[in-house]
Amino acid sequence: MAVYEKPHALIDVPLHYCPGCTHGIVHRLVAEVIDELGIEGKTIGIAPVGCSVMAYNYFNCDMIEAAHGRAPAVATGVKRADPENHIVFTYQGDGDLASIGMAETVHAAARNENITVIFINNAIYGMTGGQMAPTSLVGQVTQTSPYGRDPKACGYPIKVCEMLSELVGPEYLERVTVNNVKNVRNAKKAIKKAFQNQIDGKGFSLVEVVSSCPTNWGMTPKQALEWIESDMLPYYPLGVYKDRSAEQKEAE
Amino acid sequence: MADKILMKGNEAIAAAAIKAGCLHYFGYPITPQTEIAAYMAKVMPKIGGTFLQAESEIAAINMVYGVASAGKRVMTSSSSPGVSLKGEGISYLAGSDLPALVVNVQRGGPGLGGIQPSQSDYFQSTRGGGHGDYHMIVLAPASVQEMAELTVKGFELADKYRVTSMVLADGTMGQMMEPVSIDDLKVEPAPEKPWATTGTKMEREHNIVNSLSLVPEELEELNFKRYDRYKVIEENETMYEEYKVEDADIVIAAFGIAARVSKNAVDEARKLGIKVGLIRPITLWPFSKAPFKKAAEHAKAFISVELNMGQMIEDVQLAIESKCPVTLCNRAGGMIPDPEQVLNAIKEVNGGIQ
Repeated sequence: MAVYEKPHALIDVPLHYCPGCTHGIVHRLVAEVIDELGIEGKTIGIAPVGCSVMAYNYFNCDMIEAAHGRAPAVATGVKRADPENHIVFTYQGDGDLASIGMAETVHAAARNENITVIFINNAIYGMTGGQMAPTSLVGQVTQTSPYGRDPKACGYPIKVCEMLSELVGPEYLERVTVNNVKNVRNAKKAIKKAFQNQIDGKGFSLVEVVSSCPTNWGMTPKQALEWIESDMLPYYPLGVYKDRSAEQKEAE
Repeated sequence: MADKILMKGNEAIAAAAIKAGCLHYFGYPITPQTEIAAYMAKVMPKIGGTFLQAESEIAAINMVYGVASAGKRVMTSSSSPGVSLKGEGISYLAGSDLPALVVNVQRGGPGLGGIQPSQSDYFQSTRGGGHGDYHMIVLAPASVQEMAELTVKGFELADKYRVTSMVLADGTMGQMMEPVSIDDLKVEPAPEKPWATTGTKMEREHNIVNSLSLVPEELEELNFKRYDRYKVIEENETMYEEYKVEDADIVIAAFGIAARVSKNAVDEARKLGIKVGLIRPITLWPFSKAPFKKAAEHAKAFISVELNMGQMIEDVQLAIESKCPVTLCNRAGGMIPDPEQVLNAIKEVNGGIQ
């Protein structure tokens, strides 16, 4: 019988995240993958600005805190500093990755930078108290869209995986979620692949994790997980959006 | 001694950076410094280094942040509008105590301005440029040889004090060609960087590179400690050149190309019997307060010659504690004062003090 243990790559301290937030699950999955691949000693993680800004206190590997949205550029520098010996991942939210840092995201993908990007999409700015995100759904009520996101005024939510999949550059793009056990297991598989790709030198691998924010969505944790299923996933369908190596294999 | 070769100032910076052990360069095209990127693009791939044309100045400075975090010598270069964009990243470098070199080959501003030489980023450079309390070490070359030497110095000081160094040149310095010796440059190798994020190798606690500190008492302490370090820099690393200052009634303050122009004017004025000298700050931060203070003991007037609307003049006034008048002799917007303009300013001031 398997006994629950904390992954070595995760430091044994209380996380600061709100009850029901899925950051904790994704942190754990990333740490489990780092353990299983035996790469903790060569891994450097880049924390974003947002709720996971203090991720550097949670991961046992070397950590860097980047300016808002700049994690892929910082990761590019760290990776290029020693490509053979550095495994580099960024951990970013939707405001960080898809709003202020969109240029860095797109160009790191276009360059097929050999890094791993964990993208938490919970359709809201959590840390600043629940403002509209680039991924907030049409009609979603937030502090800065108090009457619901109106596409006439603020356009439509950005589908990051779909958008990046049009680029020739990136190696691997997959959208997963963590709202139930089956999906958590799939998410881990995707995260592991995203790290394995980097080890194999394949290039830019991004896993978008559709996540919950009960606090700023104004829901209980359970309601939030249900809202992922009922409202988020119809707009953000799960699946692999690009897997160049698999596509090449198929073509052969 | 190795032969001197004829090089543009921009190329000298690039060649000196590589000589200093900088194998990582990130930049974005902007006139008048693009030769630096072109040189790096040509050489870096052949020596196992990184040249990367970033998607923006913002990305470039953050790539610098990444390499600096990993403990390697790294640089970026740009010109005025581009350096404004790098301001965010420079502030983060300061907040995380990361060593790096930023080159600014200045052009006229504000806004998109022009592409001709300027010194109008003096305030931006010497006061930090981005948000928060911090300084960069700012080095102002006045020859192509100095472009090379101060580039090396910039890396060394950055590593020694864990600060960002800036080489603050201008379009003239970047574009002019002079004989320069790169092979003879002496370089202090980078020190050990036990704080760098290079992977724990499962042999030590994890390193964190970070500028976030949410407890005000702790953030204050970090700022105090950083300024203690700045004080040591001020005491030990201030550099300047004096020219005919000992007996001078009038002392000119000028750096970079303005100092070269002023030197000619000093010689011409001396021929006319006017006792004039020149102090050329080489580090703009830390500013050369001591020679100015000393000169104010005998000088009756100062003239600040600048390619801007009068920025260094404030530091001169502070350094001499307003003991005597300081006149501005300037051109702006990409124009350069000629020796005659400076000579006329000297004559005018001389008339006033007689």
